[in-house]
Amino acid sequence: MSAQTPDETPVVLEVTGIDVHFEGVIALDGVSLTVRANQIVGVIGPNGAGKTTLFNAVSRFVTPAAGTITYHGHSLLDLPTWRLAHLGIARTLQGLGLWPTLTVLENVIAGAPSRTPLAADMLAFPSADRRTRTLREEAMANLVELGVADRAGAYPGALPHGVQKRVIIARALMARPSLLLLDEPASGLSATDVNQLIELLGSLRSRMAIALVEHHVDMVMAVSDTITVLNLGQVIASGPPEAIRANSEVANAYLGQTVAHA
Amino acid sequence: MLRGSTLVRHGLVFLGLTVVLLLLTSFVFDAYTNYNVTEVAILAISAAGLTVLTGINGQVSLGHGALMMIGAYTTSVLLTWHPDLPLILMLVASIATTGIAGAIVGIAGARLRGPYLAGATLALAVALPQVPSHFASIFGGNQGLSVPTPTPPPFLGANFTQEEWLAWIALAAGVITFFVLANLVRGATGRRFRMVRDNEVAARLAGVDVARTQILAYVISAACAGLAGSLFAYWVTRTSPSGFTLNLSLSLLTAIVIGGLGSLVGAVVGSFILVYLPVWTGGFASSLNLSSNVANNVPLAIYGIVLIVAILVFPRGIAGGFASILRGATRVLGPSRRSPALPTAPETPSQ
Repeated sequence: MSAQTPDETPVVLEVTGIDVHFEGVIALDGVSLTVRANQIVGVIGPNGAGKTTLFNAVSRFVTPAAGTITYHGHSLLDLPTWRLAHLGIARTLQGLGLWPTLTVLENVIAGAPSRTPLAADMLAFPSADRRTRTLREEAMANLVELGVADRAGAYPGALPHGVQKRVIIARALMARPSLLLLDEPASGLSATDVNQLIELLGSLRSRMAIALVEHHVDMVMAVSDTITVLNLGQVIASGPPEAIRANSEVANAYLGQTVAHA
Repeated sequence: MLRGSTLVRHGLVFLGLTVVLLLLTSFVFDAYTNYNVTEVAILAISAAGLTVLTGINGQVSLGHGALMMIGAYTTSVLLTWHPDLPLILMLVASIATTGIAGAIVGIAGARLRGPYLAGATLALAVALPQVPSHFASIFGGNQGLSVPTPTPPPFLGANFTQEEWLAWIALAAGVITFFVLANLVRGATGRRFRMVRDNEVAARLAGVDVARTQILAYVISAACAGLAGSLFAYWVTRTSPSGFTLNLSLSLLTAIVIGGLGSLVGAVVGSFILVYLPVWTGGFASSLNLSSNVANNVPLAIYGIVLIVAILVFPRGIAGGFASILRGATRVLGPSRRSPALPTAPETPSQ
């Protein structure tokens, strides 16, 4: 998995020592995370460890009480969530978040942070038509890459879970991200789908940095260059997959529990 | 190139529609029909704006009657000061003032959701009609202000009536409004409106400034209400608070629900029902030789029944119902190469 020398590629996302509190409950306590270009970083941990909260802090849904979050060296803390897509940060949601009244193709097009001028839109200027055509072609190309182009005209509610999961990745790619945040991309997928996901992430890494939050430990071990393990809001381990697998504290806090669940 | 252009396609459709409507008003309709058709056009403009706001962007407004009132009073006050000002200027001024009012409501609306927004706009609908009586010197108090009927330009001939002229103006304004809104709903702006309606979190992550989008929807919707209000002033010829009660706001909301929430065609259908149902049922009631206090309530009762039946039979409104029937028919009659049409009503939002 270490095709390049990931330690030398530029840092895309740098989270340092962030604290997040929810009405007295400590959700994140001094958490740090570094994601470099062309790197895949996995974040694992038991339920309630703070994985999604970490993503929510990066996505600016929650504001940390302390610490910094920088993207290509610029702080994200002053920015609202909606600006991030325009800067090339795309994120998928655990709950999918597809728009039920838009077709698959429209859902994917919607992932492009667009700014058609209002007047062009209202008066149907040819420029608006051209932009629609360009986006449509790009969205189709993404659906082809994800292998679900034949479902472009369908509504998401009618599709199997595995197809919906591909559509949300196709949508995220419309932002042409330099940082892709995936929230549980493997949840609910069949073994075949998981293998294809691993393959896909491997091909996407040449274009972007990827961070993923995931319960599927084998999948994370297979794709990640480095893994950060959270437990009760704290980083208990961080390093390459082999080191994480050998870490006894991780085994106690997390892996043992997974076995218990299984 | 030209065939693929939305401008050319929509432009030709709406231009044709304008010609047909204007010919109908001048050669087919009598004065009474023109009077009613004018009202349909006015209500449809306002209802279309409400459709964009409520049906497509998911923000409820119980105060669209109040926004129409702002448009109507803008026109009436300006005409009281300067009776010679041209009609087009009145329409533009009314759109502007109501659009600004819409921005203010929209800024509040961007912070409020569901029942809270409904409550705030309800307050607007109830409170605004009280304003003229407190500033009677400007707004003419409860008596209101009289508005001169616009006179047709001389080149249309001596036989061209004022009713015809007002019908022309209202229909032309309606066609332009629907042209703009149809482009908007179909384009990127409409998509953003729906994204915000269905899933705000996903919309934010896709780069949509949710608050700005909601305010924009309010401004566009209010601008339509302002245009409708201005035309309403000319149509009634007197602008007074009693014309803009809560009843008007609720009627508009009813119209877009019966017609089909989220469908611009539905706004026209709903407005048509709003105007013509009382006309037809009134005629029906008087033909039954009932006592007057019963006969007066027959239209209201039938209106209620139509409302209930329409919602039961066409959960997506009448326009939505016909669209499904048409889709079903085309599926039976032969394969269609067109991509499926958007559903006209919001389904259950995910999450």
